[in-house]
Amino acid sequence: MIEIINLCKSFDGHKVLDHLNLNINTGETTVIIGRSGCGKSVLLKHIIGIMRPDAGQILIDGKDITRMDEKELHGLRMKFGMLFQGAALFDSLNVLENVGFGMIEHMNSSDEEIKKRVKECLALVGLKSIEEKKPAELSGGMRKRVGLARAICLRPQIMLYDEPTTGVDPIMGDAINDLIIELHNKLKVTSIAVTHDMTSAYKIADRIAMLYNGKIIAVGASDEIKNTKDPIVRQFITGAGKGPITEGIDFEHLI
Amino acid sequence: MKRFLEMLGRRFMEFIRYAGGVSILMGQTLFWIPIPPLRRRQILEQMAKIGVDSLPIVFLISLFTGMVLALQSAYQMQRFSAEMYIASLVAFSMTRELGPVLTALIVAGRVGASITAELGTMKVTEQIDALETLATNPVKYLVTPRFIALLIMLPLLTIYSDVMGILGGYVIGVYKLNISHAMYMKNTWDPLRYKDLFTGLIKSFFFAVIVCIVACYEGMTAEGGAEGVGRSTTASVVVSFILIIASDCFFTALFYFVAK
Repeated sequence: MIEIINLCKSFDGHKVLDHLNLNINTGETTVIIGRSGCGKSVLLKHIIGIMRPDAGQILIDGKDITRMDEKELHGLRMKFGMLFQGAALFDSLNVLENVGFGMIEHMNSSDEEIKKRVKECLALVGLKSIEEKKPAELSGGMRKRVGLARAICLRPQIMLYDEPTTGVDPIMGDAINDLIIELHNKLKVTSIAVTHDMTSAYKIADRIAMLYNGKIIAVGASDEIKNTKDPIVRQFITGAGKGPITEGIDFEHLI
Repeated sequence: MKRFLEMLGRRFMEFIRYAGGVSILMGQTLFWIPIPPLRRRQILEQMAKIGVDSLPIVFLISLFTGMVLALQSAYQMQRFSAEMYIASLVAFSMTRELGPVLTALIVAGRVGASITAELGTMKVTEQIDALETLATNPVKYLVTPRFIALLIMLPLLTIYSDVMGILGGYVIGVYKLNISHAMYMKNTWDPLRYKDLFTGLIKSFFFAVIVCIVACYEGMTAEGGAEGVGRSTTASVVVSFILIIASDCFFTALFYFVAK
């Protein structure tokens, strides 16, 4: 179980996370929704320990990762897999080296073992025979899938997805949603995804949480969120231009 | 007045933050160097990129500098019929000063900029974050191989530059000013001491540290997409140039007073 308690983070005096509280149950897929720039990715980076909070705690199976040193954090990160918004594949390495990066770095595996595991992971995301290609030679959708293959290569217990469907066409977006569900069912992982794509959120989530003004303002199952009466959540999920979120913001100058 | 003081304070804080960031990166780099794995393959790749690929430009600039140095000094020395001392002037200038400084400036412009651009692009495309999520320390993976490679290659390039500069002076001295081959070589090697070569090499060793740490720091702190990477790359070259020249001045003064 992941418990986020009173998490605070500011950048240049601007509060991005403000006493944020959220529990994520083991084995569940939790989707965090919110507007662009509201701090969703920042929250994800805190959960994996890339960013340190100004205050608050993140307990993973009871252990506070905000107090861990570099060595303990590295050990913990072996349990995580993360898919980045732009896939974040290493440009200088080919697909085989990208996907097998964790094994090459941290396991005394033979080349054959690495190749075999990479092939398995690529097959899981529906790719084959691209091991020698460089990331620059791949399409956006393929890059995302290679990023996903890299994230699952070390058989993580917790998967983090940062905007998994952003930057790909709707058909590829749906294919990635299916992949996330399939991986969740096959690998039995705890998944946390951040997105503002509601189609994706409804499809993959067991629970949805909405981040607004640095706080989680609503948590519930997909249907609960879909039928919520909360005006802020309603405006966001329906994508309405007018409502409490945009109150006082003048869009006229954009027209 | 108040605004001026505020601006001054802000600039001072920025300087302190920068100096602190660079010092922390330096400390982390030294901490990670002895921790295995050594990453021999990456070090060799970087040595080829930094050293071997810089040979043509170092050759051209050092050769021409040696030639210009010989010609310019000939212009003055011919008035005193002291052309034979051109050889020692070129040799001293190249080994003690121009070899290390010119090579460091070339490497800062060519290699430092490319390191910043590469690391900066990795930063803004979240590849550095990805390294951390894969339980790999970015300083160990990205900075230490470049640091070791630069520490080895910059002094070697400096020796190469010294030789090429002396060769440039030789071409002008022997073929243009009609100094005999034997006289030119004698006047090059006889007054040179190991000390002259070593002072140049000590400088180049510190220049390597400056180029690597500044370039890596600028790259790893780049923000704001392609524009931010461009800004960091420019800053990397400018800061390296300033620090190279300032530390050159410091070391030259130090060696001057120590030798005294």
